[in-house]
Amino acid sequence: MIDREQVRKVALLARLELTPQEEEQFTTQLSSILDYFEQLSELDVTDVPPTARAIEVKNVTRPDELQPYQERAAILSSAPEQEGEYFKVPQILNVEE
Amino acid sequence: MTTATAVKTEYEAIIGLETHCQLSTKTKIFSSSSTEFGADPNTNIDPICMGLPGVLPVLNEKVLEYAVKAGLALNCEIAKYSKFDRKQYFYPDLPKNYQISQYDLPIAEHGWLEIELVDGDGNPIRKRIGITRLHMEEDAGKLVHAGSDRLSGSTYSLVDYNRAGVPLVEIVSEPDMRSGQEAAEYAQELRRILRYLGVSDGNMQEGSLRCDVNISVRPVGQKEFGTKVEIKNMNSFNAIQRAIEYEIERQTAAIEAGERIIQETRLWEEGSQRTISMRVKEGSSDYRYFPEPDLAPIEVTTEQLEKWRSELPELPAQKRHRYETQLGLSPYDARVLTDDRTVAEYFEAAIASGASAKQAANWIMGDIAAYLNKNKLGINEIALKPEALAELVTLIEDNTISGKIGKDILPELFTKGGSPKAIVERDNLGQISDSGALEKVIDQVIAANPKELEQYRNGKTKLLGFFVGKVLKETGGRADPKLTNQLLAKKLNG
Repeated sequence: MIDREQVRKVALLARLELTPQEEEQFTTQLSSILDYFEQLSELDVTDVPPTARAIEVKNVTRPDELQPYQERAAILSSAPEQEGEYFKVPQILNVEE
Repeated sequence: MTTATAVKTEYEAIIGLETHCQLSTKTKIFSSSSTEFGADPNTNIDPICMGLPGVLPVLNEKVLEYAVKAGLALNCEIAKYSKFDRKQYFYPDLPKNYQISQYDLPIAEHGWLEIELVDGDGNPIRKRIGITRLHMEEDAGKLVHAGSDRLSGSTYSLVDYNRAGVPLVEIVSEPDMRSGQEAAEYAQELRRILRYLGVSDGNMQEGSLRCDVNISVRPVGQKEFGTKVEIKNMNSFNAIQRAIEYEIERQTAAIEAGERIIQETRLWEEGSQRTISMRVKEGSSDYRYFPEPDLAPIEVTTEQLEKWRSELPELPAQKRHRYETQLGLSPYDARVLTDDRTVAEYFEAAIASGASAKQAANWIMGDIAAYLNKNKLGINEIALKPEALAELVTLIEDNTISGKIGKDILPELFTKGGSPKAIVERDNLGQISDSGALEKVIDQVIAANPKELEQYRNGKTKLLGFFVGKVLKETGGRADPKLTNQLLAKKLNG
């Protein structure tokens, strides 16, 4: 179960602005999703190590070789605003880590 | 009447450091863009470090090697199984809205390093500082606040993402330090170790080494920690020490005045030499870490680990111990010589070529260091090679030349190099130790200064120094000083 307060907190952390109707709607929907997953807790997993990923791969690395990306202008221009070679962002009001 | 004397409460500081250190790789931690410092804004960016949809980050193998080597050098246990996690927060310097870091399974844990301070009598004070953990992560971009140098005065901000994705290791110490001096020494030793390993240049001005300090104060004897304050923005070891000393005084005064210490982040202001409040920490932030699904976990094999271990150089603390116990150097000399690996290796090469340790140390820390400082050179950039230094030291020790002549030929050795022995022969600089030859010069000097001779014979015996000086001058500094003294005294008295 999830309550409305938790939905508000998740929305705040994700920088989402919800209307009261949406808060209500997501509280119901998220609760039913969580209830569905809750069925898994019927299983006894005492001796099963936690799984972080579904594929058994490890130690995937690449050599330290320089390959500059050629289309930086395309990345810059895909931003909402630029100034010269910089990305331009709105005034920062809240300092948060 | 009796007076009650209030017992003054003693306080102690509990200090821990979090250090971010840039690894000296050519490319970023998860993409192939350059890590070069000082490039034009947003030139070293790519879809991976910018977090564009559909990209796949892949770990740079050098980052793993450097992190493991740093962990080994800090006496850590290297994790059998390690992984990356996403740390989520919003800030414009973070293009993906999450930072790829390591949360619960860092690559290295439970280590220590040894700091060495020298007390007033020149004796070493050694202390182990615990290392809680070392983990790999990516750096964020750099914000430029338009219209003001302060965040609050800006109407908008500009962002340069060249630093985004630059590889870092974060090294967290145990709260084992008790003074600003200990903390500054810890940071310096950490940098020395990383530089010896060649995994980081540790340049504080360019932001390759950044230290955040956690500090609290409590009455001596109290078990619980006081409220912890974080200090940021120190860009030299000296600033670390002074910021801590300021903060100890501030917190102690507040406690004595009955005020509450607020858990907050404070900034060190270099100009005013004080810390100022930056923000109040409202509980711990909710970063919602979860395992990074795009990066495979890391399991360092035993063979790989042993190979990297075998590549570690002798580290500064080991060199200091060896110089003190085996070479008989003072803790001070050992500390100065081992501060820079190239200097230590130069010194060791000179000894291997036959120089006495004490003499080689004196030349390196004296005339050579002065020349390097004056000309802003590294010890490997001068023409004087360690083998030649050994030759020079030996020429002086076996009385072939005087120490003064040694200093006289240094400029040529610094710029042109060559063999000191050959220079001495070429310029006929060998010490005159032949009594007959010296007596001839002495006779001339005495004959040329009858007035001083008379004064000397009338009891003004300190004029001996005057005559010695004259003889040295006549011989271009080549007269054996000891023999000159003996012969002169005999002639003057006779």
